[in-house]
This record gives sequence, C-alpha cells and structure tokens, in this order.
Amino acid sequence: MIKVMIAKPGLDGHDRGAKVVAKALRDAGMEVIYTGIRQTPEQIAQSAVDEDVDVLGISILSGAHMKLVPKILELLKKMGSNMPVFVGGIIPKEDAKRLKEIGVVEVYGPGTPTSEIAEQVRKFVEHSNA
Amino acid sequence: MNNGELNEKYKEWDKKTEEILKKYPERGEFKTTWGGETKRLYTPLDVGDYSNIGFPGEYPFTRGVQPTMYRGKLWTMRQYAGFGNAEESNKRYKYLLEQGQSGLSVAFDLPTQIGYDSDDPHSLGEVGKVGVAIDSLSDMETLFDGIPLDKVSTSMTINSTASILLAMYMTVGEKQGVSREKLRGTIQNDILKEYIARGTYIYPPQPSMRIITNIFEFCSKEMPLWNTISISGYHIREAGADAVQEVAFTLADGIEYVKAAIEAGLDPNLFGRRLSFFFASHNDFLEEIAKFRAARRMWAKIMKERFGVTNHSAMRLKFHTQTSGSTLTAQQPDNNIVRVTIQALAAVLGGTQSLHTNSRDEALALPTEESVRIALRTQQIIGYESGVPKTVDPLAGSYYIESLTDSIEKRAFDYIDKIEKMGGMVKAIEAGYVQQEISNRAYEYQQAIESEKQIVVGVNKFTSEEEPLKTTLKVNDDAEKEQIKKLRILKKGRDNEKVENALKRLENVAKSDENIMYPIVDAVKAYATIGEIANVMRKVFGEYKESITL
Repeated sequence: MIKVMIAKPGLDGHDRGAKVVAKALRDAGMEVIYTGIRQTPEQIAQSAVDEDVDVLGISILSGAHMKLVPKILELLKKMGSNMPVFVGGIIPKEDAKRLKEIGVVEVYGPGTPTSEIAEQVRKFVEHSNA
Repeated sequence: MNNGELNEKYKEWDKKTEEILKKYPERGEFKTTWGGETKRLYTPLDVGDYSNIGFPGEYPFTRGVQPTMYRGKLWTMRQYAGFGNAEESNKRYKYLLEQGQSGLSVAFDLPTQIGYDSDDPHSLGEVGKVGVAIDSLSDMETLFDGIPLDKVSTSMTINSTASILLAMYMTVGEKQGVSREKLRGTIQNDILKEYIARGTYIYPPQPSMRIITNIFEFCSKEMPLWNTISISGYHIREAGADAVQEVAFTLADGIEYVKAAIEAGLDPNLFGRRLSFFFASHNDFLEEIAKFRAARRMWAKIMKERFGVTNHSAMRLKFHTQTSGSTLTAQQPDNNIVRVTIQALAAVLGGTQSLHTNSRDEALALPTEESVRIALRTQQIIGYESGVPKTVDPLAGSYYIESLTDSIEKRAFDYIDKIEKMGGMVKAIEAGYVQQEISNRAYEYQQAIESEKQIVVGVNKFTSEEEPLKTTLKVNDDAEKEQIKKLRILKKGRDNEKVENALKRLENVAKSDENIMYPIVDAVKAYATIGEIANVMRKVFGEYKESITL
C-alpha cells in the first residue's frame, strides 16, 4: 500500500485543500498521514523519514512556498531521502517552474481534480521505486 | 382564495405537471447546499403566516437592523488589504480611500496574527505575505501615517493578538490627537473560529476567552464606539461548511462569548451592542439572501429569549460580508467578476452593513490594483445603478425566500441544540466535532465537482485553453529582510529597561484576574514587540494543540 504524508508547513491555516486531498488519497486506497497545520520544515522532514512514507505532499496557500519548500527538500536530502515531493496551493506559475527545477515532482493549483492527483501519486511512487 | 382552496388548486397543477414530466423530464435533482429538497414551486402554503417577519429596525429584525436601511446610507464599502511592509500598505489604503472606499480593512501577515516577531524562526517565508508585517507600535505609526483616524473606521482582521493591535491602534490615534472614545472600527477577536477553521490561535480556549472578555470590558469603559468582536462565519463557510452550518456554528460561537462575558460580570445589554458578525456570500443567490435574514432573526431571539436582553440595539445582528474566496477559479479568472457580482448582490439584498468584494485574480495571487478597482466598482454599480437599495428588504414576501429563511432558522437551531447538548462550542471544538462536520461537507462538495453533479464554469465544464492573467501582484521579496532590519534598529533605540518593566507587569497581571488590556497598552507604548508581548502570555497561558481530524 502506498504511504503518503500530507503536510502543512509554516503558519498557514488554510487546511481545506490539504484535508480534501488527504481524504481523496485515502479513498483511493492509500495510507495517509495528515500532519495538521503549523509544522516546521524540520518536523515535516523528520516525520516523513521516520514514518518511511513513499511520497510527501506539501500544501501552502500563504505565499511562503519559496522559502519553506526548498528548506524541506534540503533537509530530506541531508537525511538521505529521495522521496518524491509534490506541492499544492496558490503557487504562481514562475514559482511552480522554479520549484520543479529544484526537485518538486508536481505543483497543483486550484481546480485540480483529486482523481488526477491520486493517479499521478501512483506514478511518482512507481517511478521512484524503479 | 383560502389555503384549503389553494391547496386543491396546487394539487391539480402538480398533477398536470407530473403528466408533462413524462414527456419533458427536468434536468435533474434540485437541492439546497445542505442537501435539502428544493421544490418545483413555492406558494403561500409554504410560508404560513407572516407575523414573524415584522418590520425593519424592529424585533426580530428579519427585514433589517435599521428602519431605512440603504435609503439612509449605503453599506460601507470596505476592501480587505495589506501586504509587504507598512509603507506599501499605507499607500494602498490611501489609494482605496481616493477611489471612494468608505472604510479601511487591515490584513496582517501571519507572524503578526500568531504573535511572532519577523525575525522569529517560525516566521520564515511568511513576513509580509498574506498581509502587512507589524512588529511594534513604530510599524503601526507608519501604517496609518496621514490617515485621519477620526474620519475613517478601521476593521482589523486580528484574533489571538487582537489585544495588542487594538492597543497599538488606540495609541496611534492618541498620537494623532484623536482620543480613544472617538475611534470607530472593529477587531475580529473571534478565537473560536480560529480553532475551528482559520488556524491563527495561540493559547488554549480558556485563557483566550478571558482575554476576549477583558477586551469587552476595556472597550465598554474606554472605547464605546468600537466593535469588540466580529463573530465570523466566513472562514467556517470557506473551510467547506454549507449555509446552515455557517449560521449555526457562528451563532453557537456567539452564544459562547455572551456566556463568558456574563460570567465575567458584564451586562449583555451593554456589551451586546458592540458585537458584530461576519458572513460569507456564496454562489447560491437566493439561499444566501435567506441565510442573512435567518441569522438576524435567530440572533435577536437568542439575545432576547435566552439571555434576557431588553435593549433592542443589543439584539441586532449587524454584519460584514465578504464574497466567497473559495468560489473563485484560477481558470478563466475574468469569470470571477461575474461570480463576485452575484454574491455581492445577495449580500446587499440580505441587508449587510459592510461589504468586501473579492478580486478576479485571487485564486492566483494577491490582487493587483486594477483588479481591486473592478471589485470596488462592482459595489458602486450595485449601490448607485442597480436600483436595489431603493427600498428595504425588497425580496420579503417571496414564498421561496421566506420558506428558505424559516428552513435555515429551524435547521440551524437544531444544530445549536446539538452543540449545547455536547456542552457548548468549546467542548464541541475540543472533540473535533465541528471541524469534522465541515471537512466532511468540503469533501462531499469536491466529489460533487469531480462527478460533475456540481458544475463549475471553466473548471469542469465550458473549459477553454487560455493564458491566465499576465500580471499578478508580486510581494516585494525583500520585505522580510527589511522588516528584520527595522526590528533590530528598534530594539537598539528604545528604552529597554522600560520594556522589561512593562513585560514584567504584564506577566503579573496575566497570572492574576485583573484586566490584561492595561499592561498591554503600557507595553505597546514602550515599543515592546508583538513577539515579546505574546511570549509573556505564552509562558503564563501555554499553547493550544490542534485536534487533528480527517
């Protein structure tokens, strides 16, 4: 069974999207851990590694993504993890491009069907296990 | 025609219609947002007698809180704004006032809202993002520089640190020569919905409720024109609640605040006049209009029947409305102008006291000046061209509107009873009940979109390949660095002994049962920072841990 962590870093309290995606992935047959809001990058990287998840999804709507996402990627790398990381939220196009350049596998904006996310998460995991 | 005859006629009509349906079926099922049945036709049979509707400005205020409503004065057009540092936001406020906006509404960044200074590790990446960064009185002086606080009313979206920001605003007023009893405005100060839906809590519920009642008491003595709380359904709705849940959970929060204030020895006839509310205006036009009317009637009944209030102005539910951000689409963003228009019109037909209209580009970024101007113009067109404000509560008497109003009232009271049985809203929140109800509804809504039971134009139907908006607002990336630099300079330049003494006194008062507002005002005047003040209270009160529900 695919194990996913959905995390909310920073101070952002907008958790509707994170919860909806978490529920949808669970209904798609995955094991989902939802961290709750206000997690530091350190807490997220550490628990993703400790829980040995296959993939990490990060939700941010506050605009802090360009600071927080690179930090989480860096910490994961330091811990020797290369788990796929995807991001969801209000992410301007040029930022999404930049995030993908530094290793984020996909960035999902408002209106993305959860079925599409579930399907792609499976591919990310297959790809990283290959 | 009496009801009996009407009923006969109605049955005849219904029978004929059923015949027609065999040949021409309807498009599908029609339901309210809470899943109730929407009938094909509403008639006088659905509304009973009209005696509970009453008159505007009179109990139970179904038709509005004032007798003349918009014939006297249009609603306050109040756009929520703030980003980057205090200088940039000050410029945006002056721009909005020049464009004919009638009140200010301040958006603070998350560190300010959660009581962290800009140089705190928790603030990384968040400084100046969702609102303006305020670390101390010095930033607040810049924010309102050149804006006469005796002329504008200011609404501040601030909750767990409301006491601190209120103290700052009051002090800026004094420095401008405007005494505190003349200041007009609102602090959101609604901590319960932070635990439920918005997330900017700091302390556990009990000390948070104490701070809130301290603010009520302080304002009743010092700032009689200030609205001490804005009990908010907006964020509850945005988190996924339906219209009934929005009303029920908001008023249940309201009940909890009134109970706490009465327990603290305050008179609901007095503080009740300074309570205000904040709702969302969502897509379902007629349902939203009915929702505002139902909420008004319910609150009047709650204050009168449950809390024994006799002063009529303490029974009036005055409210601010914001169009629903979660209905904005990133796809075909210009369509959002139309959504906002419909939602704003519902708020006006529902009798709102003030209104924020969202900008078309807010599913993509913070709005540009041009987008904000269109949003403000939308209100002005409704106000000055549509003709809607010419008469009070124009949709009253519509069989459907009245039936919906009754139905929302009944269902919301059922919810409130259920919450009461759980021991009140604080208990229901701690058990995760309210959060669960909302997130279940949010998930159902998402599923309805994906199965195309719910159509969202431009998202799951009528899609087209098009370039998104070219210009979106970019917040100055140096805001964080600049803000930290300013903070360092402030800390060096102020009288640090005075700060320490003020913080020590705050700690002592926090531990006692004295009113916490007075030492906060002193600390603010000494240029203590938000982080320093909040940290003293964190030490005494502890911090809240979210109950995670999925």
